[in-house]
Amino acid sequence: MNSPHHANALSADIKAVRLSKQLVLHPISLKLPSGRWTAIVGPNGAGKSTLLRTLAGLQPCDGQIGLQGRPLSEWPAKERARALAWLGQSEAGADDLSALDVVMLGRLPHQAWLAPASPADHAAVQQAMTQTHCWAWKERTLAHLSGGERQRVLLARALAVQAPIVLMDEPLAHLDPPHQADWLCIVRELVKQGVTVVSVLHELNMALQADDLVVMAKGLVRHHGPVDSPLAHAALQEVFDHRLKLFNVEGQWLAMPYTA
Amino acid sequence: MRPITLLFLLVSVTLGLLVLGLAVGSTGWSPPWGDPTAMQIVWDIRAPRCAGAWLAGALLGLGGAIAQGLFRNPLADPYLLGSSSGAALGVAVLLALLGVSPVASAWSLRLGLTGAAFVGAVGAVSLTLILARGVQHTLRLLLAGVVVGVVLGALSALTMLMVPDIMRAMQAFMMGTTGFLGWNSVTILASTLVVSVLVAFGCSRALDALTLGDSAAVSLGVRLAGVRMLLIAAMALATGAAVAQAGLISFVGLVAPHLVRSRVNATNGPVLVLSALFGGVLLLSADIVARWVWAPQELPVGVLTAVLGGGYLLWRMNRGG
Repeated sequence: MNSPHHANALSADIKAVRLSKQLVLHPISLKLPSGRWTAIVGPNGAGKSTLLRTLAGLQPCDGQIGLQGRPLSEWPAKERARALAWLGQSEAGADDLSALDVVMLGRLPHQAWLAPASPADHAAVQQAMTQTHCWAWKERTLAHLSGGERQRVLLARALAVQAPIVLMDEPLAHLDPPHQADWLCIVRELVKQGVTVVSVLHELNMALQADDLVVMAKGLVRHHGPVDSPLAHAALQEVFDHRLKLFNVEGQWLAMPYTA
Repeated sequence: MRPITLLFLLVSVTLGLLVLGLAVGSTGWSPPWGDPTAMQIVWDIRAPRCAGAWLAGALLGLGGAIAQGLFRNPLADPYLLGSSSGAALGVAVLLALLGVSPVASAWSLRLGLTGAAFVGAVGAVSLTLILARGVQHTLRLLLAGVVVGVVLGALSALTMLMVPDIMRAMQAFMMGTTGFLGWNSVTILASTLVVSVLVAFGCSRALDALTLGDSAAVSLGVRLAGVRMLLIAAMALATGAAVAQAGLISFVGLVAPHLVRSRVNATNGPVLVLSALFGGVLLLSADIVARWVWAPQELPVGVLTAVLGGGYLLWRMNRGG
């Protein structure tokens, strides 16, 4: 969008990541191409969220992360915030703020210190809230919203940044099927506009709708490639103990738990 | 209610209370209008006391709003990081040193009680920061604050035990009093209020971002460590100044932000400013009531704020709010 196009939106050359002295990520080398939707999948405790946090620069690591070909550490905080939007897992709090105030926080990287919201900010906020269907109750405070409604507000907050790279950790939590479908439409629309989307997804069937899969297990990346390749499916079977059944229904891959 | 409505309301209540405060003296209702000697007394005694009470309350209200925003905890109060026990220890040590030796006395007199309380409060918060190894982990900060509070509290109890003469003076300080506020105090309190309101307001957007959690705030470009440091400094300054001038006044810092939030839904910028105004209104009205109900006797204002503030919180709790 507002940044020069680069072949790799994100690149990681991680030697190790430790969480309170425990080794969570082993050496990982990863290049995520621009303009594609990559889903990170794997069993519980594989290090998916830690990898995503490391890519976002939220988790200190032994190694180097590149954002649009430039080391993450060299980016000024605000410039990085405009290039990379982040939606965390069950972001809590903000009970006293209205939905509109929360989404407006997404414009923080675009605003000068204490500057009032510009027409561009208002337009971005309204667009993001319309996309996630929460514009109708923009005045309500987060304390008065259900889990799914809250998640839609937080998604709008991440979209309002209008960053060329969007990282989302479990964005489908609390969303019902129609709003999951909405989320898919939003992600596809973003990718069509050239935005890079990286998401950790628990729901395998949603992950199989992505362009690329990063399959993880035990702190390592086992496979990275297009979602419909046999290699990706073999990696999925391997990390999930061969307890999956993969079907192709009308050109779309589906995964079912396999009980023998 | 819109924030601007509450702002006008609080400003007009403040003006009304100031007029009322000038008209209430040690013998109860005694408006001085038209009597030059009475006017002089009012100007020298009642006026700085009213202004000082309002300012001390405003500093505590602001400190409470900063603490609750920063620690994302509605029970946080401005004394959280040990400033109150630090101030108490400062006062106890100073009182104990008076009369120990000529050098110590001279030194104590130069620093003064308010100076000792301020040094104690800021010192305690710095100690908390050192023990928590910076501002990275909020939970560690809170725990360090509790530890510092308990240990410094024990030290001032020990000081009182060793020098029993200081007990009465200490008691007055611990209960909080607005009786000794002069124009000097008002100047100090007012300039502290201006500085800390400006710092807090400058960080208010970052506080808003922090409501989404540390990660989201960092992803939005907030420099977390710097913002936390600035806010803790503003909080320590505000609380230290208020405690130094008016003693340990309880509940104003805890209740004022709650009263604001129960009336307006706003971002942290307006909430910080309104909490300061509400804190001022609370302490000034408590001061007037303390002087009036039992005149010519005077209730300790700290006792009054504790009873009223505690009662209000209980009422909120049972309302299910």
